[in-house]
Amino acid sequence: MAHDDHHHDHAEGSQLSDTALRVRALESLLIEKGYVDPAALDALIETYETKVGPRNGARVVARAWCDADFRKWLLDDATAAIASLGHTGRQGEHMVAVENTPEVHNMVVCTLCSCYPWPVLGLPPVWYKSAPYRSRAVIDPRGVLDEFGVTIDEAREVRVWDSTAEVRYLVVPMRPEGTDGWSEDELARLVTRDSMIGTGVALDPADLDAAGS
Amino acid sequence: MNGAHDMGGMHGFGPIMREDDEPPFHAAWEGRTLALSLAMAAAGGWTIDMGRHARERMAPADYLASSYYQIWLAGLQTLIEENGLATREEMASGVPDAPGAAVKTVLRADQVAGVLARGAPADRPAGGTPQKYRPGDGVRVRNFHPTGHTRAARYLRGHTGQIVRVHGFHVLPDASAAGRGDQPEWLYCVRFSARELWGEQANARDHVHADQWESYLEPA
Repeated sequence: MAHDDHHHDHAEGSQLSDTALRVRALESLLIEKGYVDPAALDALIETYETKVGPRNGARVVARAWCDADFRKWLLDDATAAIASLGHTGRQGEHMVAVENTPEVHNMVVCTLCSCYPWPVLGLPPVWYKSAPYRSRAVIDPRGVLDEFGVTIDEAREVRVWDSTAEVRYLVVPMRPEGTDGWSEDELARLVTRDSMIGTGVALDPADLDAAGS
Repeated sequence: MNGAHDMGGMHGFGPIMREDDEPPFHAAWEGRTLALSLAMAAAGGWTIDMGRHARERMAPADYLASSYYQIWLAGLQTLIEENGLATREEMASGVPDAPGAAVKTVLRADQVAGVLARGAPADRPAGGTPQKYRPGDGVRVRNFHPTGHTRAARYLRGHTGQIVRVHGFHVLPDASAAGRGDQPEWLYCVRFSARELWGEQANARDHVHADQWESYLEPA
């Protein structure tokens, strides 16, 4: 195993520098050809590094937990409800929200590529795009959830959503116990990225204390 | 196409490797690759389906051995070459042998926020096209094996499920990826029992949902 790890690291390292050189050559060619504006590339990268991320989705979920009308709107027409909070556009053009309940746990995958709701969650983590998750989420969702530390009772239905079209799914996790009267801002801190993919659940208030927040 | 990208239900890839506090990009080139892919789609005028199909056409052994942004880079280079915007030699050297071709649009920095916020909706006016299925209808994914791009995953083909939602009238990826235009169709969310897909090993309560176009389906 140690030998495999070493080999893997070595291969990854040399591939990486080779790839970095290829990308540099490609970028300079495309700029010189007049096809791309380097300032636009910077703006695109900055958007996904600093502006778009799972805090957007956490606000959507916290609003649904606090506001019954918004929750209903989100479940009926997620695209419009999410747009009302300012999150629209690329890879979130057609949104569907699926709600966890005591009877149902939802989990999202894209077995064919890496479809993911960018406006509310940002760019997907590597594991979401990786072969182990894409292959196993549909055939062994409970095994995958176990690996994420989420155990689903045998009697509870697991619903997997394979994002095969331009429809993007957002999981609305269950609101944790002991949060009565919490503000939307406070609740949003309990909503993790993985809880909105369905490979996690919302944090328990005690988890926030443990994290020293 | 029955490619290496169509992974649902495969075995042997091992555990899921997670990373705490993962950054959006693990190296600067990953961010540049994402940005180049988005900007060149605007310049070259290719569709998201053409982009996916270009990535899927990597040789299977290469696809499985590459990181995700390496796959994006390979797909981008394929589209640049096929659209006559640069040669492989130019891309390798970084030095143009010929001036740039005319492109559809050059994305400027001040347009980025607006372009991303608008996105590229895939729904089209149905114009009275009849909808063949309704929620509750039984359907089977056809047993078909197109050599081009499709979003009918292999693990669904031949299996029976139930329509649970009608998403609207959406661009058909199979046509769009091949440059045959939008050819929009009704798009349905289909619910399959896990036992139907995977047999006795699956939990009898569990379900898999997938979005499928009307021409992928037959009544069941």
